[in-house]
Amino acid sequence: MILHDLISFEVLRLIWWALLGVLLIGFALTDGFDMGVGALLPFVGKTDVERRVVINTIGPVWEGNQVWFILGGGAIFAAWPPLYAVSFSGFYLAMFAILAALILRPVGFKYRSKRDSATWRSSWDWALFVGGAAPALLFGVAVGNVLLGVPFHLTEDLMPMYDGSFYGKFLGLLRPFALLCGVVSLSMLIMHGAAWLSVKTKGMVAFRAQRIGTVAGMVAAAGYALAGLWLAFGIDGFHITSEIVKDGPSNPLFKDVAHEGSWLIAYTERPWILIAPILGFTGIFMAVRGLREGFEVSTFLWSKLAILGVISSVGLTMFPFILPSTVDPRSSLTVWDSSSSHLTLFVMLVATVIFLPIILAYTAWVYKVLWGKVTEDDVTSSHSAY
Amino acid sequence: MELDIVELSRLQFAMTALYHFLFVPLTLGLSILVAIMETVYVMTGRPIWRQMTKFWGTLFGINFVLGVATGITMEFQFGMNWSYYSHYVGDIFGAPLAVEGLMAFFLEATFVGLFFFGWDRLSRVAHCIVAWLVAIGSNFSALWILIANGWMVNPVGAEFNPETMRMEMTNFFEVVFNEVAQAKFVHTVSAGYITASIFVLGVSAWYMLKGRHLELARRSIAVAASFGLAASLSVVVLGDESGYSASHTQKMKLAAIEAMWETEPAPAHFTLIGFPDQEARETHYAVHVPWVMGLIGTRSLTQEIPGINELVAESEERIRSGIIAYDELMTIRAERDATPAEVRANFEQHSADLGYALLLKRYVDDPREATEEQIKMAADDTVPGVAPLFWSFRIMVGLGFSFIALTGLFFVLSNFRRGAYPRWALRLAVLWIPLPWIAAEMGWIVAEYGRQPWTVDGILPTALSASHLSVGDLLFTLAGFALFYTVLFIVEMGLMLKYIRKGPQEDVEKTEKWMARHEHRLRTHDGKGPFADAPAE
Repeated sequence: MILHDLISFEVLRLIWWALLGVLLIGFALTDGFDMGVGALLPFVGKTDVERRVVINTIGPVWEGNQVWFILGGGAIFAAWPPLYAVSFSGFYLAMFAILAALILRPVGFKYRSKRDSATWRSSWDWALFVGGAAPALLFGVAVGNVLLGVPFHLTEDLMPMYDGSFYGKFLGLLRPFALLCGVVSLSMLIMHGAAWLSVKTKGMVAFRAQRIGTVAGMVAAAGYALAGLWLAFGIDGFHITSEIVKDGPSNPLFKDVAHEGSWLIAYTERPWILIAPILGFTGIFMAVRGLREGFEVSTFLWSKLAILGVISSVGLTMFPFILPSTVDPRSSLTVWDSSSSHLTLFVMLVATVIFLPIILAYTAWVYKVLWGKVTEDDVTSSHSAY
Repeated sequence: MELDIVELSRLQFAMTALYHFLFVPLTLGLSILVAIMETVYVMTGRPIWRQMTKFWGTLFGINFVLGVATGITMEFQFGMNWSYYSHYVGDIFGAPLAVEGLMAFFLEATFVGLFFFGWDRLSRVAHCIVAWLVAIGSNFSALWILIANGWMVNPVGAEFNPETMRMEMTNFFEVVFNEVAQAKFVHTVSAGYITASIFVLGVSAWYMLKGRHLELARRSIAVAASFGLAASLSVVVLGDESGYSASHTQKMKLAAIEAMWETEPAPAHFTLIGFPDQEARETHYAVHVPWVMGLIGTRSLTQEIPGINELVAESEERIRSGIIAYDELMTIRAERDATPAEVRANFEQHSADLGYALLLKRYVDDPREATEEQIKMAADDTVPGVAPLFWSFRIMVGLGFSFIALTGLFFVLSNFRRGAYPRWALRLAVLWIPLPWIAAEMGWIVAEYGRQPWTVDGILPTALSASHLSVGDLLFTLAGFALFYTVLFIVEMGLMLKYIRKGPQEDVEKTEKWMARHEHRLRTHDGKGPFADAPAE
């Protein structure tokens, strides 16, 4: 097969690094508001009907949204197998917790209104709350740990090994900086969920959502700023000290890495990446303003922009690192040494170029068909409503 | 290598996969049955068919959600529990998984919401297309996951790269058009169609016995019986195709299923029943049917099918060849670009057997230091547990034939007796509801247990594939999954039974009213797209 030589290995790796970002951001933009809505559920819906209104705003779309997460997993497996192998097994218990929450959530949406019992429904309400809030928090914690570096090393056979005990693998992740990142992620997604609810609902539900969302947005902005300061003064970055071979074999052990200096050096080397945090702050600021003023669609769009800015700022700051190792910096995974082969990256790119636009087109169509506010009348009079 | 972790990881994977596959077959088949019913509704405009679509659609939804939820676990468990596997073959295995997400999951998951919520907002034809898109998406997902799974038993289109210490793709089309994957795909979706058909058949038969919802039940039986008959014939034919492809791609699995210890003179006989004894390597009280095995396996009267003992001897040779490959690999790794050409050439010559040397890693860290006894042990390891395979295969096949009989019976009754069903037949159909699930689970045991001791046949042993976790980690998640899944199962069964007991939510009269309103809405909003301001039903 000669076709894949059309695009060089180096460029393909860059494209797949960008696509990894696109998938994570796509996940946060779509499933993110589902999680935010889940976390908001007990606080914005006081009666059963109000809660059903809240659930029905995402009832028809959560399944499609969740695929961003599944596709994210599949794409990491296909394009960055070492990342898939090291991170999922290294964050083993945290991954289990996320899985449990993400399993609980769909079941909750679908099953909650299938029985009339109040106990049944309030149990599922809590399940939905945990299913929304826990992953939102844990994803942030995971990102925080990636910035701090993870205690793993690769053997000569490239088998991933982890240091740390049973508790270390879960509680050890809950380091202060990582928790701060968790708070940023949770509050940002709550803001996003609130923005969604102000588009899709009216009356008390929308009002409560906007009030809580405003506070959440302010927390997110403060936490994001604090995390930036912490990175500037309290956390060591990583950098490659050997010659960088951009189209070499995917073997992390062929390089040398130092764990010193600051991640933020990236902003002097590549000043243009400042655009990411600027977008992040602007987005949050405008979304908070929109929530206070009661704007609807524009608030949701600003909130999307905020998420785009915040997530891409992490990736751009760390580049070319994807998953640094604290115990053996040489084992750190970077863009240049932890991808799939040239051919696989090419094949996957072709598949993505064909299918992603189709997916975006029909998803947009479905949202268009479902456009409009969900009212109390809708949920009480329809059999198909949750 | 700590065996405990491998065993616990296997147990967890088997448990979560078998659990996931409680929901998948029904999704595969019911999505199509519902789409067929809706098509009839659109073509005839008769309210009963809309009622059927909505009723079976509700049951589909309750089942679908657990299929989706438990599928998430599967997608992530490779990385969580099988990290060396993920590293070693991710370059090939990850691709079909990602395409599955792109091509199938998005399709089914995006449109399933519209299927339930879009009745008022879409025209009849548009809604029917949505139902078909859900069905197509579900079935596509089976295609891609089976391409991935098929590669594990017949790893084509890939080679080992010493610099990255993993398998890398050399030809994507070989991976996609893998003969094992294609046979598996049709076999598996057909099994799903049978499951759904017998489910619909059984539930409808129960209504008939109770004298309820007769119109719905009669039509549902007609659809399910013909669809189910076609599917059960196809499952047997394609099962046979799998047998044929197994005879040259998975010789050991085939020999173990047949408990065929020695190579028989062609054409080999088929052991109908018997008691395989792995220790003594013989089958007690065997009942043979002459010729059949040779015909199924080779489609000839002259080709031999190798027995287990011959295959073990072959494995031993390959282990010795693999040790040479391993030795050269260590040189290549140390010297990198400075490796002498003859070392590379020698490695190339033996690299196909590298996986066999890795079998020794269970016993010794460096395969080059393995003793004769360890080589013998590793060769013996290539025989999977014969008795479990022998029995699960026979249960699966026996049930498969019973499905042909049952669906055939109802096909005849519904077509030639104008739907007069004897009560014993209806009772039989109710009793038969759980059996397709048993057959499907047995099928997975044959496929996956039969591949042992390999995760990827001849390439990577299971013992080497697991993550570096602690026993505590695994016990915690194993208990967590067991508890969590049990609760979900009880909840799901409870809802299923509740909605089956309840029957269709809308009677024909109400459906007719809805249809009239819907027509009116369609006319008044003609050409303006979605009914943004239309009141919900």
